[in-house]
Amino acid sequence: MNEIYTLHVNGEPRDVRDASAGESLLYVLRERLGLMGSKGACEQGECGSCSVMIDDQLVCGCLVLAAGAVGQRIVTIEGIAPVGAPSDVQQAFVDAGAVQCGFCTPGLIMATHSLLERSPSPSEMEIREELSGNVCRCTGYGRIIDAVQRVAVARRGVS
Amino acid sequence: MTDTDLGTAAATFDGTHSGLAGRLGDSVARPDGVPKAQGSYQFSGDLTADGFLWGATLRSPHPYARIVKIDVSGAWKIDGVAAVITAEDVPGKATYGLISQDQPVFASEFVRFHGEPIAAVAADHPETCRRALAAIVVEYEVLTPLTDPEHAVDGSFPPIHPDGNIVRHQRIIRGDQTIDGPIIVEGTYEMGRQDQAFLGLEAALAIPEPGGAGVELYVATQWLHEDRKQIAACLGMPEDKVRLVLGGVGGAFGAREDISLQVHTCMLALRTGRPVKIQYDRAESFHGHVHRHPCTVWMRHHADTDGRIRRIEARFLFDGGAYASTSSAVLINGITHTQGPYKCDNATVHGWAVRTNNLPSGAMRGFGVVQAAFAHEGQMDKLAAAVGIDAVEIRLRNAMQRGDRLITGQVVDNVAPVARLIRETAALPLPTQPVGGTDHDPMRLPGGAGRTADERHIVRGIGWGIGIKNLMYSEAFDDFSTARVRLADGVASVKFATVEVGQGFITIVGQIARTVLGVGEVQLETIDTQIGSAGSTSASRQTWMSGGAVDGACRLVRERLFELVAAKYQLAAVQLEIDGTDVVDTLGTLRIPVAEASAGIVIEETFEHHHVPTEDLDEDGQGNCHTAFAFVAHRAVVDVDPELGLVKVVQIATAQDVGRALNPLSVIGQIEGGIAQGVGLAVMEELLQVDGIVKNATFTDYLLPTFLDMPDVVISLVEEPDPHAPMGAKGVGEPPTVSSTPAVVAAIRDALGKDLHRVPVRPSDICF
Repeated sequence: MNEIYTLHVNGEPRDVRDASAGESLLYVLRERLGLMGSKGACEQGECGSCSVMIDDQLVCGCLVLAAGAVGQRIVTIEGIAPVGAPSDVQQAFVDAGAVQCGFCTPGLIMATHSLLERSPSPSEMEIREELSGNVCRCTGYGRIIDAVQRVAVARRGVS
Repeated sequence: MTDTDLGTAAATFDGTHSGLAGRLGDSVARPDGVPKAQGSYQFSGDLTADGFLWGATLRSPHPYARIVKIDVSGAWKIDGVAAVITAEDVPGKATYGLISQDQPVFASEFVRFHGEPIAAVAADHPETCRRALAAIVVEYEVLTPLTDPEHAVDGSFPPIHPDGNIVRHQRIIRGDQTIDGPIIVEGTYEMGRQDQAFLGLEAALAIPEPGGAGVELYVATQWLHEDRKQIAACLGMPEDKVRLVLGGVGGAFGAREDISLQVHTCMLALRTGRPVKIQYDRAESFHGHVHRHPCTVWMRHHADTDGRIRRIEARFLFDGGAYASTSSAVLINGITHTQGPYKCDNATVHGWAVRTNNLPSGAMRGFGVVQAAFAHEGQMDKLAAAVGIDAVEIRLRNAMQRGDRLITGQVVDNVAPVARLIRETAALPLPTQPVGGTDHDPMRLPGGAGRTADERHIVRGIGWGIGIKNLMYSEAFDDFSTARVRLADGVASVKFATVEVGQGFITIVGQIARTVLGVGEVQLETIDTQIGSAGSTSASRQTWMSGGAVDGACRLVRERLFELVAAKYQLAAVQLEIDGTDVVDTLGTLRIPVAEASAGIVIEETFEHHHVPTEDLDEDGQGNCHTAFAFVAHRAVVDVDPELGLVKVVQIATAQDVGRALNPLSVIGQIEGGIAQGVGLAVMEELLQVDGIVKNATFTDYLLPTFLDMPDVVISLVEEPDPHAPMGAKGVGEPPTVSSTPAVVAAIRDALGKDLHRVPVRPSDICF
């Protein structure tokens, strides 16, 4: 306690004060930095709702100690696109009907951006395998797969 | 009919349908879609208030015990603790419940299930709460729990609750009780405990009024007004001192219909005079809400030699767990759906819902009908085998039609296209890929990434499940919903207390208002208790009930608009109609934009939509107890590894009776999501209890279908508008969950040639 550490979140240094050392990155992002877009639904890395990027790696924020992420580049859902100006992936999720209750959606958006960075034209099986760390209880996944495929097609058209 | 599958969906549902043009029948995008995709949408767990405290709940480690003593003094000694409350602190009614109020706010004399609340604390940090709970000392006299529901029926166990161990018994006696054969098939079907497993954990924020005269609660729930009624009673406050506001809801599926943290949160806020937030973790969520009833169903079907059902005998036993919740209604839903979507004139049915020291059971998508369908569909396959015809033919021969009667004597007076659903499902394409696929990717096999399967040993099977589901509430409940619509300067604003849980009601509100009023912009007001009740977001009822209320209010507003226009232009109001965004004179040339016609005026109307009245059942289970019905057909294809007992569900084909698809994309989402829960129940999902102790209350151990478990889904929407339904639309949320489970199990039976009578089907059921 009574210590400060600095996290680099969405391109900005963010001071974290008086946190106990055991706090997860998810807790610090939400409760100390007010970044509520990352969600907690299992707290043990099974559901992917808390997915964030750390140094370009997709991780579960609930499994990472916040104090251990000092010096690394953290990107959360809030860092993907400005409010009101959704990314292509975000817009495709909305248009394709991939959003219902929306609780899993930020995590899936993070996972989809990560997937398409690494594999711009994923097969359906690749999409299923890559996103299988993200649980959705509402949609049955069909419209999410459609959303990912729409983005892949649209990006090919642009490039 | 609309044929849709993953391949064609992109073409069918492109984003061009969204936006202002979105009227009824269009695949309009959700109005909350972008905030949800951007993470800026506020779920109840995201809410905060200045100076708020965290609350947490102490729960019983025993399924059944007498509480000898509770010592909370240790908790008070911890820095940062602001309140510690127990049963002694409940200001009003000590118990709550949806149908009978038999569940204590906090246990005092006895704990009756593993995880029952005993005390709660408020403190400055979740970790402080954890330490405070650990410092509360409870002395128990541990008792032998009642865990076998048969012991509740046979009376061999002393009452575990003052209300007794039988929550409800009901029989259905219809027609000729002497019919026997000539074809007889019999089976016993068991269902394990399924959890709703919504992702957005229980969370609420309570803000007390200064002086504690009232409280405002932001909560993820399914029914604001019912919550308020129960909370106010427990707080000993008039209902108008308790204001509920809907916090963003991360899924529900039935688990938010009962009270969980609502009273505790309000009590802590009133006690401390500060805002208090409670947020369950996953383990607490598994303990803290009701689940689907575990159930055992015995059925014996008597049929003619051609397979036509002559009489059904059945016995249902629903394990209601420690408290009543909605068990009595779940029981009635189960037994009244004994026959499934098939003609049957004679029946003998006994059903029990009982109390045990297992987790309380209550509402989950399908509400008792899932249990009935697993049994009647197993029976239909046995009947087909006994008669020597296939699964489709037996169902076509018995298919119910509009005008047929249920075994309660009630005439099914809704569109009932059962035979059409079966035929359309049969016409949907089977998987084009052989076992393992043409690319021999092991991910396509049972066991998937474990690479445990040898493709040559995998067997494929096909199975069927057909379902009927009642819509809305039953048994004389006065079910209604309220909506208020205000038109001013071409903009409609709509107020309702209808809970949006993700199903998309708020999307169709805009579609209804744009269609009926011709407006472009539709504003949705805060969803709270500052208007009449909307009833619960359950029972596939909100499109019909709250959709009907919004439609009704819009029509009243339109009437008044037409009167104003008619007066101004000296026309008869009956000549006017909405065409696009204009008011037009059908007998003349007048055409003015709605925005112009409503410029400078305000028209406001409120409408309460009630469905047709229903009746109680008599002692023989006869009566018009249900409101309406929807139907569905499922065909499942599975690949099974008989050596390891693993199943890969390959495809589900379905035709569903939707009445009218007000938003096809939204309907597809309900169907695919409902099927996912049906597949989960068939082969994965079970919350296990051993001697009343919960064994797998985590997402590591309670298995949910992932992207890799979910099969391809091919869908045919059967649109025959129902004359009784507002806008012709039936509820679509539950039918996908009703008969997808039996279809998957039938497919596994088909692959193995083996009788399976329990879900979820476990590897040991397949191998031994």
